Amino acid sequence: MEYEISLLTIVGISIIGALSLNMILGFCGQISLGHAAFIGVGAYTSSILTKSGVPFLLSLPGAMALSCLIGIIVGFSSLRVRHDFLAITTMGVSFLFTGVVRKQEVLGGEMGIAMIPDPGWGKLGYMVFVILLVVILAIFSLYLKRSWMGYTFDAVAEDEDTASIVGVNVASFKLIAFALGTAFAGLAGALYAHNVKFIDPESFGFIESITVLSMVVIGGTGSVWGVITAAAVLSVFPLWFQFIDDYKLLVYGTLLCIVMLFSPQGLSGIVADLKGRLVNSKEGLHAAD
Amino acid sequence: MFIFELLVQGLIQGGIYALIAIGLTLVYGLLRILHVAHAGLYALGGYCAILITNASGSFGLALTCSMIIVGIIGMVVYRIFYQPLLDKAPFVALIASIGLFIAMEEIFRIIFGAYGLTFSAPPLQDTVVFLGIYLRQCEIASIVLAIGLIAGLSLFTKYSRIGIAWRATVTDPEMAESFGVDVIKVRYLNFFIGSMMAAAAGSMVALLNNLVEPTMGSVPSYKALAIIVLGGLGNVRGTLIASLAIGIAEAVGTIYLGNILDRDSIAFAFLIVVLMLKPQGLFSKG
Repeated sequence: MEYEISLLTIVGISIIGALSLNMILGFCGQISLGHAAFIGVGAYTSSILTKSGVPFLLSLPGAMALSCLIGIIVGFSSLRVRHDFLAITTMGVSFLFTGVVRKQEVLGGEMGIAMIPDPGWGKLGYMVFVILLVVILAIFSLYLKRSWMGYTFDAVAEDEDTASIVGVNVASFKLIAFALGTAFAGLAGALYAHNVKFIDPESFGFIESITVLSMVVIGGTGSVWGVITAAAVLSVFPLWFQFIDDYKLLVYGTLLCIVMLFSPQGLSGIVADLKGRLVNSKEGLHAAD
Repeated sequence: MFIFELLVQGLIQGGIYALIAIGLTLVYGLLRILHVAHAGLYALGGYCAILITNASGSFGLALTCSMIIVGIIGMVVYRIFYQPLLDKAPFVALIASIGLFIAMEEIFRIIFGAYGLTFSAPPLQDTVVFLGIYLRQCEIASIVLAIGLIAGLSLFTKYSRIGIAWRATVTDPEMAESFGVDVIKVRYLNFFIGSMMAAAAGSMVALLNNLVEPTMGSVPSYKALAIIVLGGLGNVRGTLIASLAIGIAEAVGTIYLGNILDRDSIAFAFLIVVLMLKPQGLFSKG
């Protein structure tokens, strides 16, 4: 039971991380290759807060706020640069984050921060809390997708020039997407730090950004269910099959390639395609009648 | 004197960056793909160089073989991974390329081990005095090789018929095609030459450090992306200048900024500042 509880906690945190990137990449179409940096900001902020005596629950909004603030600053870069340039800029953010954190004694430097206090709810309590947050975030994502703001995000993702011609304030929506996505990334980071109780710059490097990106892309950018499924599967696999853990990155890398080559819309694209075929074949039957 | 030494070290590093980044910018100029896996080919070049040198005893032979083998693998990568993705959204190819790169690193680790390989008898390690500073022969060799290859490339694109066809394709693929240029052949050539130069860089780095590791490509890959953006994507001359500038900025910056930033993030700090001021890179046209 112990094992299943820690497994579910890890899966929950991965889902929150993936859903937060999905808001930026999936909903608003802004590619971010540095998402782990924001998760890192949240993790470091909340750890420092709880280590200096702030209750865990109060450290969460703190972590979200700082992540969100830095996210908005990075978001401003998405107003200056697009597509490929944005990909490289956000990748740079990821390297800057680890590069800067490594050199700061306050943040523990290379050694990281250890002995992060326990929230004190026991393993089961913590898992329930994480799952609760996952449910809230999933509902919020689904709601956001179908709200007018979701449609505006769609328009920006599809063609920002046209969107601005029809009167959408593209800049402010991009910033909102970055603010929302990075705030929840901060939440994921805080949850991660208080689960593992130890963080160092390497835990939030470029590879982690790519791991989160794989979850979103393999699930299908923009699809809430697809992303949740992919995040759950991709985070459980290496833990379930210990022998895969050694080849985790090989599996992720190969999956990314295969998904991009054969179904750029990810799992949700495959599901939609199957549904479409099913409907078509039914219609085919009716036509035969 | 100290500054002069830093400058020379910066130029050596910059020459290596240029060899990697030029291949990357050529691919971007022709296909609008950010070829992250390019650094995987660079690492492969290093591995080939060490394996062949240890087997045959001749570094020159190893360098040549490594360049040819990696050049061919570069064409295979294009055929399998990029050609089917050319008409998809730009980030599709980018993500596929990142996936390919991660998979390549893991394959190197699984086949050759996590601790990397070394030369059994590293060649060109004697020290010589050059303008008052001490340099190893391999450092001089890497500068000479970088200058030679880049000069060769610019002569080739300027004066040979294939080179002219290549430049025409970069400028306007459809027009070039209607004038009888075989666009597909140009793409293969592009990948061959770009990967070949990356392999040369990988071989020289293997020699300079006497080590190749599975992860040797990770930092250069992202740094080379920063460099080609600084140079104005697709602009070879800009890329060359940006490579040397980053090489020198790092050599000097490590000394003066070392306790705020680590070496590898200097390029990105520089990049982000430049992009905010000039979103199309330093040397973009128009």
